Order: sequence, then C-alpha cells, then structure tokens
Amino acid sequence: MNLFSDRKYVISAIFIGLALIFLLRLFYIQVIDDSYKLAADDNALRHKIEYPERGVIYDRYGKKGDKILVYNEAAYDLMVIPKRVKTIDTADLCQVLEITVEQFRERLIKLKKQKFSSFRPEIFEGEISLETYARLQEKLYKFPGFFVQARTLRKYPRGIAPHALGYVGEVDENIIAANPYYRMGDNMGLSGIEKSYEVPLRGQRGVKIVMVDVYNREKGSFENGKYDTASVLGQTLISSIDADLQEYGEQLMKNKVGSIVAIEPSSGEILTMVSSPTYDPNLLVGRLKKQNYPKMVRDTLKPLYNRATMAKYPPGSTFKLLNALIGLEEGVITPSTTFGCGRGFHFGGLTVGCHPHASPVDLKFSITTSCNAYYCNVFKNVIQKYPKAAIGFNVWRNHVMSFGLGTKYPTDLPQESKGNVPTVSYYDKYHGSGRWNAITVISLAIGQGEMGVTPLQMANFCSVIANRGWYFPPHIIKQIEGGRIDTTYLKKRLTKIKREYFDLVVEGMRNVVTNGTGRIAQLDSLTICGKTGTAQNPHGKDHSIFIAFAPMDNPKIAISVYVENAGFGATWAAPIASLMIEKYLRREVKRPEMEKRILEANLLPKKEDWVAKK
Amino acid sequence: MANRNNEAVLQNIDWVLVLMYLLMVFMGWMNIYAAVYNEEYKSILDSSQDYGKQLIWIITAFFIAFVILVIDGEFFPNFAWPMYGIFLLVLIVVIFAGLEVKGSKSWIGVGSFRVQPAEFAKFATNLALAKYLSNINIKIEKLSTKLIAAALFAVPALVIIAQKETGSALVYASFILVMYREGLSGGILVAGVGLALLFVLALLVDELVLTLILTAIAALSFVFIRLKGRNLLIVGGILVAAVTFIYSVDYAFNNVLEAHQKKRINVLLRKEIDPKGAGYNVNQSLIAIGSGGLIGKGYLNGTQTKYNYVPEQSTDFIFCTVGEEWGFAGSIIVIGLFVAMLLRIVYLAERQRSTFSRIYGYGLASIIFFHLAINIGMTIGLAPVVGIPLPFFSYGGSSLWSFTILLFIFVRLDAYRFQILR
Repeated sequence: MNLFSDRKYVISAIFIGLALIFLLRLFYIQVIDDSYKLAADDNALRHKIEYPERGVIYDRYGKKGDKILVYNEAAYDLMVIPKRVKTIDTADLCQVLEITVEQFRERLIKLKKQKFSSFRPEIFEGEISLETYARLQEKLYKFPGFFVQARTLRKYPRGIAPHALGYVGEVDENIIAANPYYRMGDNMGLSGIEKSYEVPLRGQRGVKIVMVDVYNREKGSFENGKYDTASVLGQTLISSIDADLQEYGEQLMKNKVGSIVAIEPSSGEILTMVSSPTYDPNLLVGRLKKQNYPKMVRDTLKPLYNRATMAKYPPGSTFKLLNALIGLEEGVITPSTTFGCGRGFHFGGLTVGCHPHASPVDLKFSITTSCNAYYCNVFKNVIQKYPKAAIGFNVWRNHVMSFGLGTKYPTDLPQESKGNVPTVSYYDKYHGSGRWNAITVISLAIGQGEMGVTPLQMANFCSVIANRGWYFPPHIIKQIEGGRIDTTYLKKRLTKIKREYFDLVVEGMRNVVTNGTGRIAQLDSLTICGKTGTAQNPHGKDHSIFIAFAPMDNPKIAISVYVENAGFGATWAAPIASLMIEKYLRREVKRPEMEKRILEANLLPKKEDWVAKK
Repeated sequence: MANRNNEAVLQNIDWVLVLMYLLMVFMGWMNIYAAVYNEEYKSILDSSQDYGKQLIWIITAFFIAFVILVIDGEFFPNFAWPMYGIFLLVLIVVIFAGLEVKGSKSWIGVGSFRVQPAEFAKFATNLALAKYLSNINIKIEKLSTKLIAAALFAVPALVIIAQKETGSALVYASFILVMYREGLSGGILVAGVGLALLFVLALLVDELVLTLILTAIAALSFVFIRLKGRNLLIVGGILVAAVTFIYSVDYAFNNVLEAHQKKRINVLLRKEIDPKGAGYNVNQSLIAIGSGGLIGKGYLNGTQTKYNYVPEQSTDFIFCTVGEEWGFAGSIIVIGLFVAMLLRIVYLAERQRSTFSRIYGYGLASIIFFHLAINIGMTIGLAPVVGIPLPFFSYGGSSLWSFTILLFIFVRLDAYRFQILR
C-alpha cells in the first residue's frame, strides 16, 4: 500500500535544501555584507547638529566696561520638509509671509525637485522677522511640513570696527575640503577677528543622534545618547580695542580716505584700527549681506579694504626719525653734528629740495624742522661707512627691519601686508650689480622711493620709539575667556639701537609739537611727541601723515594717522592724531573748534577726479 | 464511548508538534509586538493595537484547535467532500459579494471582523485531495486520476485568481509535492525545476539567443551520446517544447501579467532597480534583515521595522523583525523550527496506517513549505514579492485560524491512527 515511502527522503531533502539556501543567503546579508547596516543607519538615524552660540567680543574694558563689540541675536528660519507638505490653505500662509501664491508654488516645486532630499528639512524662508514669527507660530499647526528653526546671527550694537572684527559667512566647498570640521551650511569667520579666532569663537558643535521613523518623525535618542556629543559654547573674547576711541576715530575719518591705528606701547595692544571709508558691520549679516556685499565690492572707495593693515604708503618724513637713530647707532653723526642746508641736498646733478629754514642744522633741529638735506647726508654717510654700497645698505636695512617694517608681524589679524623695504638684490636687478650707491637710492633717506609701510606698521614704529627700543607684536585680542592668548604677543622684540639715542629722537619729536612742524597737535600740558609726514603720491595729491605718542615719559598711546590725498601732514593728520590722544587719555575732547573743523571736512576725491583718472 | 475516545486522543496527541506550534505562535506574537511597537500603547494586551488583536486571534485559534481535537476522527474523511463543496461555493460567492481590500475582492466580514475564505479553502482542498487519492480503487498512473486530482486544487486556485489574490492561489501548486509522494513520476519535479529555470532565462536572455543555445545543447548531446530512434525523438520533442515555452513566457509576461506583477519580477531578476517604487519593499526588507548582524539589535531595538521603514511589517514581512532584532542567530532558530516542524509532519505522516491521514499530512507539509519558501524568500530577495503570510507568525486571524485548523486536523488524525485500519 505504501509504495513510494522512500520518497519521504527526497521531500525531506527538498525541505532541508531550502533551509540551507535561506541560511546561506541570510549569512551573507546579515554577517558578511555590511552595506545593509549603513543603509539602515541612513534610514533611521538623523544627526542633529546643535550649534553653540558664537563667542561674544567685548572691548578692552571687558565685561566690567560692558561695551560689547559683537554678540548674537536670535533669527528664525521657516523650514519645510517638501515631502510632508499636504494640501494647505496656501493663501493664508502666503499672507503671513507676505509673498504671492505663485512665489510659494515656485519655491515648493524647486525644493521638491531635489530628488533625494525631499524628506530633509530645507529653508523655505530665511530670517523671518520676529513679528512674522509670532503670527506664524499660532497658525503653524495648520501647515504640516513647515516648522520654524531658531539660529543666531551676529549683531554689532555700535556698528564700529568692521575691518577689525571681520564678518561671518557660509563655508564653501573649498573650505569643507580643507577642513573636515565644516559641513555644508555651516558658518565661519571669513575675515578679521572672526577669522583669526574662529576656533575659540565657534565653540564645538554638538551632535545628537536621533531616531526617526519613515515619516521623518523623531522617535527619541539613539542608544540613550551614547554617541551624542554636547555642544560647547564659543569663548568670550576681550579685544584690545577701545570702543569709544574707535567710534571717535571713525567719526573723525568720516568723508576722508585713510586710516588711524593706535597702539598701547607697553603691551602692543591695538587700541583703535580705523580704515576709512568704513561701513556698518550689521550690513553684512545674514540676508542683508547678499544685497550689500556686491555693492561694497563695486564701490570705488573700497570700503571693504582694510587700509590699516593692507595699504602700503611711503612713510614720508616720519622715516627721518629712523634714519636719525641709525645714524647715531652707526656713529656717523653725534647729536651735535651739523649739515648745511641750502634749500636742499645737492650732489652732482642731483637735488633733493627742502623748505626754507635756518642752516646749518643739528639733530634736534633737523627733526623739528624736518630738514631733507640733513637726512640725505646721514643716509649717505651710513651707506658709505662701509666699503661697498651693498654692505652698507644691508646694515641699514637690518636696522629698519628691526622696527618691524617690511615684515609681517605675527599679529592676530588676517590680511596683513608686509609692506616693502627694498633689498640689495632689487637694486642689483634694477641698476645692475655694483652700479648703484647711496645717492642712487637717496630718496630712502626721506621716506620716499620704494619704501612701503602700512598704517599698522607705522603705529608700531612709533610705539618702538615711545618704548625707546622695543615692542610687543601688535595684537587685537588681549584675553580669551577660559583660554590664553598666543605667547608670541608676550615676547619682547628689541632693536639694536641704544636707549640714549632714542631719548634724543624723542626730544626732537617733542620739539616738533612744541615749536616745529606739528605745532597744531599741541595740547596744553600733555607731553605729546610727534612727527609730520607728507608722502608723495604718484596718483594724486600727497598723503597727509602724522605719528605721535603721549605722554613723553610714560607713553600710553602711540598713533599713526594717514589721510589720503590731503596734503601736508600738519594740516589734517596731526590734528586728528591729537584729538585721538586727547580722547584716549582724557576721555573727553575739549577743543570743539578743531574737532568741528575735522568732522566737517570732506576730503574725499571728487567724482570727476576719479573718472578722469580711469 | 465518547469519553474513552477523548482520553485516547489526549494520550495519543503528538505533543512535540503541538509544542512547535505553540512556540511559533508565541514567537509570532512577540515579533508582531516588536514590529508595530508603539510607545503610546505599551501594553501587549492592548486590543486597539495589532498585538492585542493577535492575542484574541490566538486565544480563539486555541479554542478552534480544542474543538477539532474533540471532534470524532471519522468526521474529517467523511465530511471532506461536503466541506470542499461549501468552501468552493463561498469562494465563488466572494467574487461577487466580497469586500474589496487593497484591490482584491477576497474578504467577507461583519463589521470590523473580516476573514479571507481563500485561506480556509486550503484545508478543505487538502481534505478533498486526501479523500480522493486515498480511495482504494485509485491508480495514480492513470491519466484520468492525475487530471481529476489536479482539477481538485486547480479549480479553487482559479477561483482565487479571479478574486485577484494571485499569491494565495499560487499556494495550491504545492499539492504537486503531495502527488509526487503518492507516486507521480519524479519527472514532474525535474520538469518543474526545468520550467522555472527556463522561465527565468526567458526573461533574462533574448529569446533567439536562448533558442540557439538550447539547439546547440541538443545538437551536442546528439553528437556525443549518439542518440538514436526514440531518444532522438524525445530530445527533439523537449527542444520544441522548450522553445515554445520560451516564446509563450515572453508573450505571457508582456500580455498577461499586470504591470505591477511584471515590475516585481523584473526587480527580483535585477533587471530593474527601483528602490522607491516596486523595489521599495524588498529593498527595505533587505536593509532591515541585513542590518541585524550576527545576533541582532535586541528585542524592540529594531529601528527599521519599529519605525515603519518596512511596509507590511507585521503581516507578510514579519520575518524582517526576526532578522533585524534577533540577527542571524534568530533567523537560524526560526528557519530551524520550521524545518523541524516539516520533518516532524513527514515523520508523523509516514507512520499513519490510513492513506487519507498520510496524504493529508503531506498536504499540510507542502502548504507550510510553500508559504515558508515564498514568504522568507521574498524578504531576502530570493523570491518575487507575493503577498502570502508566514505560517503561525504573521499577524492576521484568517491566516492563523486557517493554519491552526490545517495543523490540528492532522494532529487529530494522528491521534486517531490506532483506531483506523484502512
């Protein structure tokens, strides 16, 4: 009856065979192939990024002074998850957002087209106003797929020091490629302090891994937050900038092109850094940046350009101070050495002109009266002290460099020009090796020619004189809360010139203000020491230059002022420097007439001039 | 008499098989809980959720099992034909009067209580087939016997196709295995596998190329084996049949199958990649199972199933929960348990003195086997997506009840084995 009972083996074998096929396949997909695990994480895990607030920056008086240069303000983005948008009262939402229904549809279609991200939140309307946010909040439940996400934007309460502070912007692909910390949509400091102190300012981004279901609804943290990282707040920075002084400087420089840099000589801290024309940093925040940035880029006066650290000007007569110091150190002059000046320096066919003044001239008087002939002689003697012009020139150059000229300091400011102090090889190339001498390059004696110095370097140079021979690299951040500033700024840099020679030069500078070319800068009993300069400018009217420090014996401030195309140093730069010193040391300016004259002056190049020059 | 009968039943019940059943039902319930787990309704007894409902189905299934065990053993062979007739009738009525759920008109119900008669037709068909083939005068060698037997399961299958429940209808093909056991030539299995292979090849390879290859193979066998006379005719006949089949597969695929069915097959054959459309289920299912690893993510920790990435995760794709939360280890246990049950059924079937009981047992094993092969096969991308449940595991009353009835009729028949001499 049971004829085919052996077939139970075949059938059992089929059953077992199937099980083996399944187990082999399962072993492959579950144990060997890892791709499904990644795909599962991709499905169900969302890395929610928690952005810490960016660090606040105070002015030099810190939290006690409560003068904030930049802080954060809440901003709200209306986000949308395109796939989750259902049929809604479009007109209602559009009314709140103040957009047309067509615009609404257009945007939504555009977002939906991004195929693989239609479940990912996208910004539908960025930076909605607080009022819009409040009105929206009540109605949001009616618009599935939309939600509001808070973030922060930089806010500048006083609208000052844009060049020093810099701005924040979205990272691009190059930055992401170079620095794996950043992701698409992240912000980072792109210039100024924001850039150089990006790491302490940004803090540390936190990541929270949450599980989401197929409808992108959050379902709680992954493995009880085992892999989450907490965000760390950005550190507070104390800048060395004096907010009131900075603001005053910006007012004085209104309608002028140029720069003011003030440094505290004893520490190298930058008190003020004005680059004019300036702009309100609030204009480059968030969605405003999109409108304003291109306008500023196109502006012929280049408001974005930081003249204080980037512009190279000839130092003009202020450079005579340095040549005097080198002359003394090299022993080619003594305080009592005199040179005659017959309306200038004459050598062979060459003449370097000078204004009419008494002759012969000694050291102190040469500074007071800014005599060109005196310094041509000093410079010529320094170079000629050595058997070859090249050797003499290098000795001279090394002294110049020791004042921090022609080199980038290790400052904490990005975008800094190193200026220019010409080299032997430059002249060898230009004139031929051995075919030039002190006379060939005599314009260096009076700070003209190939010399290029930035206003920051000029202020530091003044600071070196105020200190009688040393400086700390200028820097703009004096304290990082919970951190330490770079020790580079705490290392004294020395020149090779004796202190007594500085005292002589300082006396000369004091005379400039008491009864020399810079008398306009005089302020009652305050011992301001200064030096005028007028830099010849091949493109137009001369630049007006003044450097000064005060008080004479215990210098608190060293300053350089450049006003482009404004003529003599004494006319504009000197009073501005004097007002700045008064403001800083006395906190109040009591020379209303001088102040008024400066504030009302419009020294901007006339439009016709610019058009003609192009 | 009745009393003694009941005692005998209890004594002779195969508790191993019953224990396997209980284990599977329990594991199924646990996995349904994990699959539809909802923070807001944590209680596994909450009858507003599928796991609470499944418990009701389980308890009622136990009751049904109990009733079957106390029914007289003679009842099933005696009433095989009437039951077959009744269910066939119900199936036909459903086509016209049934409720439509997800495009298939295969449900009947009162209020929220719904069942799928197609599920229950399985045991009726099994009973009828066992009844027919166990007839003393039956000779399986006779063509008429084969045709009548085939018709017994082909008719309900066709009716179910008319309900647009193609998946459930396919299950009836598993009865071929029963017929094989009862003496149908082994060639049927070889032919079946051969046809399946040709089917796949016909879809993957160009018909003309495939025809040439087959002809070349035939020609080679002619050269090397030196076919003569009758064998030559057979090879020639097979070749002609195969080529005809290839072309008809191609025709049928393009003209008979519906668009979504074609898509599912194409996705299975990797001819089409459509992770968001037809391939979505399989892709998500593979991700869920594949991410389980060696020992799984732990009970209730499966993100893919719990958060609804896998569609139908409590019914047809319940194995995803096993694979994700219990890993390869859990997969071994579940598949092992199924194979153990199948082998146990084969063992029990072979010890029956009654041909009817044996055939019924093989029918049971074949149906479970088919469900297992297709259901797990589709979750791991080895079979097309055909909506049939995993026996005892999947959520759903119709499925659980129908498999409980199928199984416990066999348990009852087995317990009755000493009282039958046929």
